[in-house]
Amino acid sequence: MKTVLLLGTGLVLLATRTLAGGEAPLELAPPKARGMTNPFAGQERARRAGEKLFRRECAECHGVDAAGGGKAPPLKVPVVTNAPPGAIFWVLRNGSLYRGMPSFAHIPEPQRWQIVTYLRSLAAAR
Amino acid sequence: MLIGCIYKKHRFRCKAFTLSGFLLGASLGQAAEGPFFVTYTHQMEEPGNLELSLKNITGKPDEGNRFVGGAVEFEYGLKGWWTTELYLDGQGTYNESSLMTGFRWENRFRVLPREHWINPVLYFEYENITGADKSLLEIVNHDGVDDIAVPNAESRAEKKHEIEAKLILGSYYKGWTIAENFIAEKNLGHAPFEFGYAAGVSRPFALAARAERCNFCPENFEAGVEVYGGLGTHRDIGFHGTSQYVAPTLAWTLANGTTFRVSPTFGVTDTSAGFLLRFGVAYEIGQFGRSAGRLFRNFGGR
Repeated sequence: MKTVLLLGTGLVLLATRTLAGGEAPLELAPPKARGMTNPFAGQERARRAGEKLFRRECAECHGVDAAGGGKAPPLKVPVVTNAPPGAIFWVLRNGSLYRGMPSFAHIPEPQRWQIVTYLRSLAAAR
Repeated sequence: MLIGCIYKKHRFRCKAFTLSGFLLGASLGQAAEGPFFVTYTHQMEEPGNLELSLKNITGKPDEGNRFVGGAVEFEYGLKGWWTTELYLDGQGTYNESSLMTGFRWENRFRVLPREHWINPVLYFEYENITGADKSLLEIVNHDGVDDIAVPNAESRAEKKHEIEAKLILGSYYKGWTIAENFIAEKNLGHAPFEFGYAAGVSRPFALAARAERCNFCPENFEAGVEVYGGLGTHRDIGFHGTSQYVAPTLAWTLANGTTFRVSPTFGVTDTSAGFLLRFGVAYEIGQFGRSAGRLFRNFGGR
């Protein structure tokens, strides 16, 4: 019984790992997600709230200035700041578990959009 | 140390220690998760992060003395899909004694790599505790108020080597967190499979964050309710003769990420303890693994 349970768990984990693929997380966002619009786009208060959330949730890996750190890539780069808001939102929701990026689905949707607003604003700040 | 608080002669030293612990937590804290004490959600610890948490419970069974049970939790994110935790349990009972009651080592594996309507997580735990354990981190079988009323001198003699498996199902919907846990536990020495469950729902007071750094912003508060209890054994599965609890929960996260939780817990069956109070504090050390690795490399290079 125990062997079957362990074997089953191993197979499930292996299968999900294989399914994860090797593409960059932003490229994996489906068209429907890419087409989503940011309800806070261009709002200064949302950008500031997003910066606050970024410092709390993201900065420890990606750096306070979003310049990257360790294995975490920089986010102050055109591929991120110019990405469709919906694609960034999709990555925040799903993460990229096998690349070390956790899911931030536990953060309420409006707060994730506020983080997207902040990340998009980094293009102008560069 | 919190357990020592219930003895008058230690009270002052204990208060000072607890306060310093909270202040230390406030300076190190980054983030902690949700208001639940018993129910697990599908949220995993971020890779490399270490969450330190104190989960305490106090109550007074009718036939026994008031007790404070406690568990110190070290939760570490090994991978995005794998979280491991070590619990050190202890308790103190008025007019009896304070004692360590053992440890638990658990691992959680997220099964699906993406977020879905329902997200399963597999949980495996090994427990090496005594019968005096009163942390009540889960309720299974016919666990009840009689178990926590047994004097320490008697209950500590019982050794429990148990394995436990849980199926954790979690969802996030429009700001609501919804989680259900199904528990199966087996004593390695004897006894049948024992079952239990836990379920919870919670929501922050506000979904969008304020721009200002603040301790009292509504998004820093999260309220919810947990229900949990035993489901008997594989021989007599069901609610008959089991303990069942309903527990409103409240979590308050400070701007620096330290989270305080409290949960008044009400027993709803004759077998349950009438009232229990859970309280705890948690803080997270970001990228602990990387810092610790760097420290060891520096030592190794010398």
